[in-house]
Amino acid sequence: MAWDLEADRPIYAQLVERIQMQIVSGQYPPGTRLPSVRELAATAAVNPNTMQKAFAELERGGLILTQRTNGRSVTDDEELIRQVRSGLAKEYLDLFFLRMQELGYTRGETIELLKESAGVEQ
Amino acid sequence: MNELIEIAGLTKAYDSKHVAVNNITLSLPRGKIIGLLGPNGSGKTTLIKMMNGLLSPTHGNIRINGQLVGTDTKAHVAYLPDRTYLSGGQRISAVLDYFCDFYLDFQREKALSMLQSLNIDPDMKLKTLSKGTREKVQLILVMSRDADLYVLDEPIAGVDPAARDYILRTIINNYNPGSTVLLSTHLIGDIESVLDEVIFMRYGHLVLYTSVDNIREQHGKSVDAYFREVFAC
Repeated sequence: MAWDLEADRPIYAQLVERIQMQIVSGQYPPGTRLPSVRELAATAAVNPNTMQKAFAELERGGLILTQRTNGRSVTDDEELIRQVRSGLAKEYLDLFFLRMQELGYTRGETIELLKESAGVEQ
Repeated sequence: MNELIEIAGLTKAYDSKHVAVNNITLSLPRGKIIGLLGPNGSGKTTLIKMMNGLLSPTHGNIRINGQLVGTDTKAHVAYLPDRTYLSGGQRISAVLDYFCDFYLDFQREKALSMLQSLNIDPDMKLKTLSKGTREKVQLILVMSRDADLYVLDEPIAGVDPAARDYILRTIINNYNPGSTVLLSTHLIGDIESVLDEVIFMRYGHLVLYTSVDNIREQHGKSVDAYFREVFAC
């Protein structure tokens, strides 16, 4: 199934986020081998060069390692994966507070609503 | 010689009033999937026909692999025309024989395995196939060649969305870093995530040649949306 991509942002950046998410969520556990660029490009229905660019970006950040003989794998540095995960969590929280602010809620009101909402679910 | 295609001062005038391609100069690299985009009558098919030696330029020239377009370049260019040239009475297997005779780089096994994956029986006659299936067969023929350049004129126009996905996947799966795929289409939204780069043409002129992610980065919108803006009527 082709990946859903947003129309208004560079494709490679969305691929980076998507693979990052698959790594921090444990869909690709630490140390596992990743599909080849071509396989993943075909799954996502994107250009192989764009997928290659996304992989290169993830390699720069250290989440993905390239072994010359064995393709690519997820890092086994669990601390790094935790860091990326909390970085993403922070981004989502910031975005959430921004949206709530746009709706006219103060930070305090937002936190109250959040507690209420979490309480209902328990 | 490094670039796969070099187009220099290319012009095609059908008569003094109708200039279909107007002074285009452009170099295209290897290893890319490139979209040739433009409204109807912008000169896309004329440009493609000149790349395949089916029309001669009025001025300028095209080099592929450093050679002027001619018999030698045709051996390395796989072309899917906008209309079929195969006769309906032929069986698919006979067309495969035909392609084996015609093109040294045709890989019959590859074609057969793609036909099988789509459940298309090679004993069928072309005229008994639906329009969409016929288009798939023709794409399979073209993509089964081991060419340097694949030129596809409107490869997805007549097929349903599922077949469109299959065609796009076929293009991705056959991608290799030494060859380039150039495809023209109106259906930009469906294919832009598969493209590296896009060429915009209008009234025979080259309007823009850039990468898909450049357009998205600079304009904050998809190539499809940007195209509609540039070519708004």
